[in-house]
Amino acid sequence: MSRVSIQTEDFDVAEELAALEACGGGGVASFTGIVRGEGGLAALELQHYPAMTLPQVERIVDEATTRWPLLGVRVIHRHGRLQPGDRIVFVGATSRHRTAALESCAFLIDWLKSEAPFWKKEHFTDGRTAWVESRKEDEAKARDWLL
Amino acid sequence: MAALQILYFAWVRELIGRDDEQVDRPASESTVADLIASLATRGGGYAEALGDPGRLRAALDHRFVPLESPVGKARELAIFPPVTGG
Repeated sequence: MSRVSIQTEDFDVAEELAALEACGGGGVASFTGIVRGEGGLAALELQHYPAMTLPQVERIVDEATTRWPLLGVRVIHRHGRLQPGDRIVFVGATSRHRTAALESCAFLIDWLKSEAPFWKKEHFTDGRTAWVESRKEDEAKARDWLL
Repeated sequence: MAALQILYFAWVRELIGRDDEQVDRPASESTVADLIASLATRGGGYAEALGDPGRLRAALDHRFVPLESPVGKARELAIFPPVTGG
């Protein structure tokens, strides 16, 4: 079972974890990304490339299922305008053993950061706005998985 | 031959002031970088957005490609800054 959703709505983490637990594996690993409210951030706007996002994230999921023996993968990525404390992204993976679940989960979030067509714009309480710049560390983390 | 659809995202879209446009299809051996350089000569927001290709990334028909890639027979080109999802 692998499923990808690109959506504006929030999601229920407990529901997603329960679905992964029902896949018959020995463990579930997950990552939930949250909007940080630092530095006077009022809102985070996520733009994406609608025609490309879903196929591209599905390719990333395919890569994970090729590398690890996974029984289930779930990816949810939100777009639109989010507030500090809102969930942005969910990655969950289940396998017979913990290593595959934990490693694939880390791989998925690292690759989502550098290989999925999303762009974040910060809106601050004083009215300033700024497009988030990609971080060298994130690109390096994604590259590490190519070794 | 059909026109080439170009899409812009993030600050590239804001500086150019449009989401997308159609252009005459360049010669198939033209690269994405060639096309970006030619668009930048329009000046104004185009020059601002596209003047420094080192800050840009691209996709042809929904797949990331290096800027040196030939446009070839692609129907859609997207030009944008490095992605920041997750």
